[in-house]
Amino acid sequence: MPKVNGASLLRGLIGTAGLLVVLEAAGRLGAWDTERLPLVSTVLLRAGELLTDPEFLVSARSSLTTWALALLVTIAIAVPAGLLLGMVKPAELAVRPLIEFLRPIPSVALIPLVILLYSETTHMRITVAVYAALWPVLINTIYGVRDVDPLAKETLRSFGFGPGSVAYRVVLPGAAPFIATGIRLAASVAIVLVVTSELIAGGIEGIGVYITIAASGNRLDLMIGATILVGLFGILVNALLVAGENRLFRWHRARAGAAT
Amino acid sequence: MLELVDLSHTYGSYRAIDRVNLKVAQGEVVCIVGPSGCGKSTLLRSIAGLIKPTGGTVLLDGKPVDGSPENLAVVFQDYSRSLYPWMSALANVGLPLRRRGLDKKRRDAAALAALEQVGLAGAAAKFPWEMSGGMQQRVSIARALAYQPKLLLMDEPFGSVDAQTREELEDLTLRVCAHHGMTILLITHDVDESVYVGDRVVVLSKAPGTVVGDLPVQLPGPRDQIHTRELDAFVRLRAEVGRLVRGMTPQRNPHGYGLETR
Ligand SMILES: Nc1ncnc2c1ncn2[C@@H]1O[C@H](COP(=O)(O)OP(=O)(O)OP(=O)(O)O)[C@@H](O)[C@H]1O
Ligand SMILES: [Mg+2]
Repeated sequence: MPKVNGASLLRGLIGTAGLLVVLEAAGRLGAWDTERLPLVSTVLLRAGELLTDPEFLVSARSSLTTWALALLVTIAIAVPAGLLLGMVKPAELAVRPLIEFLRPIPSVALIPLVILLYSETTHMRITVAVYAALWPVLINTIYGVRDVDPLAKETLRSFGFGPGSVAYRVVLPGAAPFIATGIRLAASVAIVLVVTSELIAGGIEGIGVYITIAASGNRLDLMIGATILVGLFGILVNALLVAGENRLFRWHRARAGAAT
Repeated sequence: MLELVDLSHTYGSYRAIDRVNLKVAQGEVVCIVGPSGCGKSTLLRSIAGLIKPTGGTVLLDGKPVDGSPENLAVVFQDYSRSLYPWMSALANVGLPLRRRGLDKKRRDAAALAALEQVGLAGAAAKFPWEMSGGMQQRVSIARALAYQPKLLLMDEPFGSVDAQTREELEDLTLRVCAHHGMTILLITHDVDESVYVGDRVVVLSKAPGTVVGDLPVQLPGPRDQIHTRELDAFVRLRAEVGRLVRGMTPQRNPHGYGLETR
C-alpha cells in the first residue's frame, strides 16, 4: 500500500505549483493565443467558480450518484463471486477462460451495444462502469482468498467450525486487504468510465454532458475547469481509501513487512 | 477413547506413516516421540480429521472419525501461522469459545484467565505480529486450554520457549488437563520431556513411521521438575526411550541393559 508522507506530499505540491507558474508565464508572454486556450489562472478560477455553479452541480451530483451506484453494484457482484471462485477451485477453473476472454474487452467498445439495450441512461452508464470496475475487484478477491494461510483455516476447522464459519471468520478477513485494494482500483476505473459514457452517449445530466456542451460553446475554460475537478475528485477518493486501508489493515502491512 | 487401527498415510507415492496401532484411554497423557520426518504431524492431522488417511481408521469413542471431531483442540507445530494476525491475543484465544455458546463477556473473561495462566495477561491486547515466537506459542497453548476439549493434540508445543518457561508450561498443561479430565496426545522431539509429561511414551520408527515401542511411565507421586527427573526410574526410562528413538532394541539381561543394533 502506498503511503504518502508529509515530505513527499510537499515536494509533489511544489512540483505541480512550479509547472503551473511556468505555464501561466508562457501564456502571458504570448506562447499561444489565450483567446482560444485560456491561461492557467483563468482555468483555475473557473474550476473554483464551478463548485458553486448550480448548473454544474446538478451534473456533478448526477455523475457522483452514477459512480457510487456503479461501485456498489461492482462490490455486490465481484466480492461474493471472487470469494466463491477463490474457495472452490473447480468453479475457478471452469470460468477462468471466460474471464480471460471478457477482461481485455474495453468497456468503451461496449457502449454502442449497451445503448441499444437500455433506454434509461443511468442504467446504461452504470452497466458500462461496472463492466470495467468488476475485474480488479474480482481478480484481487480471488488472489486474496488464495493467499489465506491454509493452516489458519485448518485451525478453525479443528475446533469444529463448519465451512461457513471458516469462510466468514478466516477467509473473508484474511482476504480483506486484497479486496480493499481491488475496490480502490475499481473506484478510479469507475470514475473514468462514468465520464466516458457521458461523453460518448450523451444525455441530459452528467459532467461528461456538461463538458460536451461547454465544448460546443467553445468554452475551453469551462471544459478544462470541469476536467480538473474530476481529476481532483479521483485523487481525493484514492487518498481516502489508502488512508482507510492503512488504518484497517495494519496487521497486513506488518506481516508483509516482516516477510521481506 | 481414541483408537488407531492400522493407520497409514501416503503422500503421492511417499509413505509417511505405516500401520500405526494405538489405543488411548480417557484421561491418559500419551507422548509420541520419533525422529524428524517420521510422520508425527501426519499422524496428528489424521486424528484431527484434517487429512483423510489413505489406510486404516481412527476411532473416537468407538466411532470412526469423519471430518473434524467435536470437542478437540490442536496446538499446531506452526503456531505462528495458526494465529489470526488481524485479532488481538485475547480475541484469538476467545474465538473457539464461540463453539461453547458463551457470550462476549464470558469469552473474554475465559480468554484472559487462560492468558494469565501462560503468563501473558499483560499482552492480551497485543497482536500476534507484535509478539515473540515464544509468546505466540503460549497464546496458541492458551487457546487450546481455554477451550477445554476432551481430546487435546499438541505438536511440539513447547519448542520455542526457554527451559524454565517450558517446565512451567509442562506443569500447567498437566494440571489443567487433569483438572478437566482431558486426554492428551503430545508430540515431542525431546525424550526427557516425553518421560516427564507422559503416562505412556509411544516411540515411532524412522520414516515410514510405525510404533516400535509403547512404554508405560510409572513414576511415584505427583511429578516435580527437580525430583522426578532425579529418580532412578526416570533415568532408566529415559535411556530406554532414547535407545528406541535411535533405532536400537533394548535387551534385558542379568547385568542390566545391553545394546543390540538392529
Ligand atoms: N503435504 C505433504 N505433501 C507431501 N509430503 C508431505 C506432506 N506433509 C508431509 N510430507 C512428508 O511426510 C513426511 C512426514 O512428515 P511429518 O510432517 O508428518 O513429519 P514429522 O514427524 O512431524 O517431522 P518433524 O518432527 O520434523 O515435525 C516427511 O518426509 C514430509 O516430507
Ligand atoms: Mg511435525
